Amino acid sequence: MRAWLRQHRLAFSAATRKWLTQRAAALLNALALGIALALPAGGYALLDRLHDVSAHTAIDPQLSVFMRTDAGAEATTRLDAQLRADPRIHRVRLITRAEALASLRDTSGLADVVAALGKNPLPDTLVVTAAVSTDEALDALAREFGALPGVAQAQVDALWARRLAALARVGRLTLVLVAGVLAVGLIAITFNTIRLQILTQRDEIEVSKLIGATDGFIQRPFLYLGLLQGASGALVALAVVWAGLAALNGEIEALARTYGSAFRFGFLSLGEAAALALIAGGLGWLGAFMSVSKYLQDIEPK
Amino acid sequence: MISFSAVSKRFPGGKEALRAVTFSVTDSELLFVTGHSGAGKSTLLKLVAAIERPSSGSVLVNGQNVGALKRRAIPYLRRNLGLVFQDQKLLYDRSVYDNVMLPLAFSDHPPREAARRARAALDKVGLLARERANPIQLSGGEQQRLAIARAVVNRPSILIADEPTANLDIDSADRILEIFIAFNRVGVSVLIATHDLALVERYATRVLRLTEGRMLGEGVAE
Repeated sequence: MRAWLRQHRLAFSAATRKWLTQRAAALLNALALGIALALPAGGYALLDRLHDVSAHTAIDPQLSVFMRTDAGAEATTRLDAQLRADPRIHRVRLITRAEALASLRDTSGLADVVAALGKNPLPDTLVVTAAVSTDEALDALAREFGALPGVAQAQVDALWARRLAALARVGRLTLVLVAGVLAVGLIAITFNTIRLQILTQRDEIEVSKLIGATDGFIQRPFLYLGLLQGASGALVALAVVWAGLAALNGEIEALARTYGSAFRFGFLSLGEAAALALIAGGLGWLGAFMSVSKYLQDIEPK
Repeated sequence: MISFSAVSKRFPGGKEALRAVTFSVTDSELLFVTGHSGAGKSTLLKLVAAIERPSSGSVLVNGQNVGALKRRAIPYLRRNLGLVFQDQKLLYDRSVYDNVMLPLAFSDHPPREAARRARAALDKVGLLARERANPIQLSGGEQQRLAIARAVVNRPSILIADEPTANLDIDSADRILEIFIAFNRVGVSVLIATHDLALVERYATRVLRLTEGRMLGEGVAE
């Protein structure tokens, strides 16, 4: 066991030495792999936050039914009862104009403006959760409720959130496809890099085989080299994503503040960053394994 | 230790390098294989080291049938052989010491023991003082001695050398042969292929003569 560990340690240090002695090539490889990995890693960071937004926003099929300001409380109560009896409606929540004004004053930071209004300009609102869920059925309900007596306007809510969620799903699928293609690219780059390494170390490989080195012994440094390349690409990708998000957040935070929000894109968690490094290292190892499996057998002592 | 029984080797294209060769080498024996260029000497040595496989007949090395060996078993066969080639096959991107350490890298020796063995092997061939040098800085004779040090560092039971004295002056050639004979005296079987009959005649030992892949005869050099 100790000998086995020592062989791995020697192989890893041999690979690290080789990697460090070819700094320029190693850096270029890491940059190429890092930029390729930054796309899915950055996309993941963005979509993850968008998913949070859509997940924390009600995307139940809802409509807001706004009463006319002159309709009076009695008309609102009547309509409330009518909607509750409607089998197409799952739930109704009444927000009186007084409650709406209080909410506006408390949550928007516009207390001074609200105080200066003099009278309440907001209508009573019935927030209706429909039992139907298709966009067409919701639009039909909105048209129907909009025509009821005392109603100023009925509109479908949460449509934007549903569209955002749908977009996020499309984005995630696209991301998976892009990540798949780039993973193949990473394997191909490592495969070729290791192929070139094998060619430059042909003499050493031939001599090693002559004096009794097993294929595993010869393969190991190349596999570690592939792993190092993949992992270094992941580190570059994390740096690119971090820099990109930092630049983006500067503008996003300024925009979000105008909406009274503290929204910003979060960086990948430590676990996610480690997973990226592991996956990239694993793909590098796989590319190296494919390369050594193909080319090492061709080198035999003569 | 080594046993050839009616061994033939035909290469793709039809060239027959060895034809029904039969001989054996016992423990602690020194055997010269002689013959002109193209007689099949190198092919014979390559069959011992499983660099080539016999087309027919059987090659037994330390009890293992080389023709039937699986690919993954070949490294373990070679670890019990010390191989020395005319072109030395040294690595010029590392020092003399690191060249000798190479076979020890995949042995189970602890680092301190491996270093001790490497220095002992270099000492035996008279190169300990040059351990930090690059092989390119060594003379032809010194490079061949380095190749011998690398071949013996794992203490093999059989030492095989293909034209180890080619391109060397008489003094260097003698020194190389003395090293082989010294290893033979301590129990290592030695198989040396050479076309230099004058060299062989200086040692009263068994000689296998090949011509056109056939055994011309066997005898003792005088």
